[in-house]
Amino acid sequence: MGQAWDFASVFANRDALIAGAIGSLRLFAICLVLGLGMGLVVGLGRYARTLWINIPAAIFVEFFRNTPVLVQILWFYFALPILMPFEISPLSAAALGISLNTAAFSADIYRGGIQSIERGQWDAARAIGMSWGQAMRRIILPQALKRMTPALTNRAIEAFKMTTLASAVAYVELLQQGKLIASLNFNPIEAYTAIAVIFFVILWPLVQLTYALERRLKRSE
Amino acid sequence: MSILRVRALTKRFGANEVLRGIDVDVARGERIAILGVSGSGKSTLLRCLNFMELPTSGRVEIDGKPIGSERGKSIVYRENELAAVRQKAGMVFQQFNLFPHMTAIGNVMEGLITVRRQSKPEARARAERELARVGLADKAETYPAHLSGGQKQRVAIARALAMDPEVLLFDEPTSALDPELVGEVLTVIRSLAEEGRTMLLVTHELGFAYHVATRVIFLSDGLIHEQGTPDEILKNPKAERTRAFLASHRQFSF
Repeated sequence: MGQAWDFASVFANRDALIAGAIGSLRLFAICLVLGLGMGLVVGLGRYARTLWINIPAAIFVEFFRNTPVLVQILWFYFALPILMPFEISPLSAAALGISLNTAAFSADIYRGGIQSIERGQWDAARAIGMSWGQAMRRIILPQALKRMTPALTNRAIEAFKMTTLASAVAYVELLQQGKLIASLNFNPIEAYTAIAVIFFVILWPLVQLTYALERRLKRSE
Repeated sequence: MSILRVRALTKRFGANEVLRGIDVDVARGERIAILGVSGSGKSTLLRCLNFMELPTSGRVEIDGKPIGSERGKSIVYRENELAAVRQKAGMVFQQFNLFPHMTAIGNVMEGLITVRRQSKPEARARAERELARVGLADKAETYPAHLSGGQKQRVAIARALAMDPEVLLFDEPTSALDPELVGEVLTVIRSLAEEGRTMLLVTHELGFAYHVATRVIFLSDGLIHEQGTPDEILKNPKAERTRAFLASHRQFSF
């Protein structure tokens, strides 16, 4: 089958692609801060021995780990406004879905990282009179975060790829713009190839950075 | 007056009764060596004195002040009360437990800055003095990973000293060290003894206990089995178990 590649028609729509890239990055930035931030709170909750903190945190993690992000985004966008007296923008719906999913997965990373710190570190911190919070902030978390960095970077990469799900509610991001270009120019092959290449070009250096980080952490242990 | 009073202290982990009723008074300046076979409750006793473990029952008084408040039959311990107690009873661990992400001086300054809210220059000056006292002034900027075991333990001692503890608790401070590094740590501990500091020391170094301790306590099955001066306990023990313990420790001496 002879396919005449026509990337000129994609390039002609570069303004739309740039707008899409900005949309993707904006959504990603929101999800990264919200997701990893909430993840820390939930992860600390999972670590707590108090049951009325531990159990809700566990339910949160299990719920959002075991439901598809796409379903959550659609639910927040189409179902929530029926139940609640307010409209929700495509950006908010997508940010909510991806952030909650990222929070659920990163919560387990935080919990595992905190648990990996030796008991003796807690002992030493408490022995000089530190409270639980002081020990966590000054002694445990700095060490745990270092160990968690590779896993958290992985989560960040996943979150970036998940931003394409926002196209389901017509949020202007890369995939949404690709769809638009494909439908206007009847060039789905070129349009979607271009989108994939853009993602690869943004993510590949990030992934290399993770590898470098992992190597550096191994050396310093 | 005694700096530390322990009355009917017990500690249970599940069905395992580790301490079965300890009474002890520690006078200011006393140096008590605690001996006993492993599992006799030595470390647990030490950890109950600074409330790293909460006693199952019994009372601990520090400086005449009972710790915890009675609520019916049980005793309730508030977290900030215990944090204050732990500063009075500094602890040195078998495994050193230095903070690996901080330099030697960072380790010593940490309590002063985070707990005591001292300014950085003030904390640094104090930490420098404590490091010099344990002979490590030149290692201030070194991370624990680059220190020998003996040096790590001396930093840990400096870290405890920086908080101005009234009692020092040593939990087998030389057990994790290579034999050639034991001496430098014991020398530091002896210099603290000579300053007249109050200390309780769980140790297997009988010779050190003999020369440095003012009193020796032999624990067995969670109870004080025998106690007295180093001469009484280490040279002329009366109880059969104490004799057996000392004999097994001296099996290969020459």
